[in-house]
Amino acid sequence: MSARDNILQRLRAAPQGTAPLAPDVRGFHAAVSAARPASNRATRMEVFCDKMAFWHAEVVKVTRDNWSQKLRELCAAKGVRSLLYGEQTEYTAALLAAGIGGLKPYDRPVDDWKQELFENTDASFTSTRGGIAETGTLIIWPDANEPRLMSLVPPIHFALLDADKLYETLFDAMIEQGWSGGLPTNALLVSGPSKTADIQVTLAYGAHGPKELIVLLLVNEEELA
Amino acid sequence: MNAQNNSQINAQANTQALRFVPASEFKERAAVAVADAHLRKSFRGAMDFLIAKRAAQFPDPVALESQRGLAEHIRKYSLARLPDLLEQLERNLTANGVQVHWAENPEQANAIIINIARRHSTKLMVKGKSMVSEEIELNHAMADAGMEALESDMGEYIVQLDGEKPSHIIMPAIHKTKLEIARLFAAKVPGAGYTESVDELIGIGRAVLREKFMTAEIGLSGVNFAVAETGTLCLVENEGNGRMCTTVPGVHIAITGIEKVVEKLEHVPPLFALLTRSATGQAITTYLNMISGPRKPGEKDGPREMHLVLVDNGRTQAYSDEQLRSTLQCIRCGACMNHCPVYTRIGGHAYGTTYPGPIGEIISPHMLGLAATHVLPTASSLCGACGEVCPVKIPIPDLLIRLRGEAQHDARPGHAPMLGQGAAKSALVDAIWSGWAALYTRPALYRAFGWLATRFRALTPPMQSGWTVSRTPLKPAKRTLHEQMAARERR
Ligand code: SF4
Repeated sequence: MSARDNILQRLRAAPQGTAPLAPDVRGFHAAVSAARPASNRATRMEVFCDKMAFWHAEVVKVTRDNWSQKLRELCAAKGVRSLLYGEQTEYTAALLAAGIGGLKPYDRPVDDWKQELFENTDASFTSTRGGIAETGTLIIWPDANEPRLMSLVPPIHFALLDADKLYETLFDAMIEQGWSGGLPTNALLVSGPSKTADIQVTLAYGAHGPKELIVLLLVNEEELA
Repeated sequence: MNAQNNSQINAQANTQALRFVPASEFKERAAVAVADAHLRKSFRGAMDFLIAKRAAQFPDPVALESQRGLAEHIRKYSLARLPDLLEQLERNLTANGVQVHWAENPEQANAIIINIARRHSTKLMVKGKSMVSEEIELNHAMADAGMEALESDMGEYIVQLDGEKPSHIIMPAIHKTKLEIARLFAAKVPGAGYTESVDELIGIGRAVLREKFMTAEIGLSGVNFAVAETGTLCLVENEGNGRMCTTVPGVHIAITGIEKVVEKLEHVPPLFALLTRSATGQAITTYLNMISGPRKPGEKDGPREMHLVLVDNGRTQAYSDEQLRSTLQCIRCGACMNHCPVYTRIGGHAYGTTYPGPIGEIISPHMLGLAATHVLPTASSLCGACGEVCPVKIPIPDLLIRLRGEAQHDARPGHAPMLGQGAAKSALVDAIWSGWAALYTRPALYRAFGWLATRFRALTPPMQSGWTVSRTPLKPAKRTLHEQMAARERR
């Protein structure tokens, strides 16, 4: 008998008792949500910004018209010499038109340029699939255009988040976006730049991933203030 | 840093791959640890810090109770359906292109991994944090097979560099001070100068390990939650090394205990929320990394090959008993050790097992047998703190008492004996208890004993085994309680 058969057989031979009913996570979540003040776009934005600041991320409010210029200014201010971006996303055209120096497309398999990605790429720009207010979290959904390592290897990560896609909780995002119906190879939640407290419980940023996370929060003109 | 220097570090890490020390010598090690004022200060400080951070995350005790109730329910439900869920997980992972392997014991698990590594002519494996890989002593097996396994979690990297094992499941290097790490890096990382700045120390580790991520043939990771319905492995981390290990090398091997599976993706958020809050007092970690397969055609990064190794190693023994099964509810948050008065005083190394503290005391007997571990369930004052903070409500004190009993007695009728059943049985202890039973069930004998013990109290031995190590000797009163009560009635 294989190890698999042995393990499954031992598990199936164990006394069963009365099987618990399926946990009602949705009901639980609905009750918790009902017990707290209703959230709206403005409160979600406020909580998100607070929490992101707590995680040491920067949030910059931008509009559909000015985000690429803001990104150019931020790159200049941070001395970014090369900015990695994804081709064929809904933001690519605006990005290319913004006059940002050192743009570098992620246009070939990493195997062909690993060294350059690790050693010679200052920053990256990616889109996001949404955000979570409660915890100050980005939902990142890498694909062929915006591969997984974009949000991990370059020391600075710029992420564009549409305020329309801010959810109150992880559970809300998961259900409303129907995650279990189709997950990508690698779905990610990201809350701030990478960090560690492994040396004498002292927090240090830039452990193995980005040292800086800058969220460009896409809002309406009147929300800029 | 040049390649030659790097290979020196590797050689050092290899030669220092240590095995866990026998749990049976627990008492000797605990005595040494208790006398180490420096170690006690380190742990006390760190545990107080973690306790305060966790408490700040749960301001409302009523809300916490209901969250723990839900988390316990999810874990119990998942365990009740474990064989079905494992098969469902396997089906979905296989459909996603992941190769699933099963291992009954550490030898099988190591053989599976070493086979994969050999097939890819591996020189270097980079590892994300995985307690199961510690449990099977993978690093040692890899070294024996002539391949290097390098830890990349900062804490794990530090303890490996110093030839040690983790002393805490969440904070592996918690027993080390900043100054010790400063000296360690200056001595063992070629090219690194002496610095006491935590940021600079982390920068040194980052630079060394980034080079390793680029060159390693294989990345190994643990799993926090495996989702059966989607075939997804969830990894929880702050540093990003887990993402590096699972994304950069050409092959990713994930390893996990069979108990980590949940049925639905929606079962993850309640467990995840309690895990990070209970462990380090964070509302969320920097990353939740949800992996559902290797690189698909057209994708530009990610491993081309992916494996999952499902490890039993005693878990089916715990599963086969309805009370002991709750051990498998554990989500490895470490809160029970943070709150344990024994762990705080002796630190993680004294236990001699992969999992220290209360969770180690209840899981290690299944992995290693009671013969080697029967002393561990006695390393508790049964104060109950562990059970009170456990986010999935494992009744740890009850399980400790149960395991103490299993170590002292034969298996209960109708129960299969545990590995090492009755290992702590002692003829002397049995005789003492038989005598005690005889005395307390025969009134005449009891009165005679009471009379003798009080009248000849001067003959009570001054050395009373463990009792007098740190206490004054016990001595019977001048008269028995019965006599004293009778005298009082007369007054
Ligand atoms: S037993 Fe409970 S408290 Fe201890 S590590 Fe496991 S889940 Fe956490």
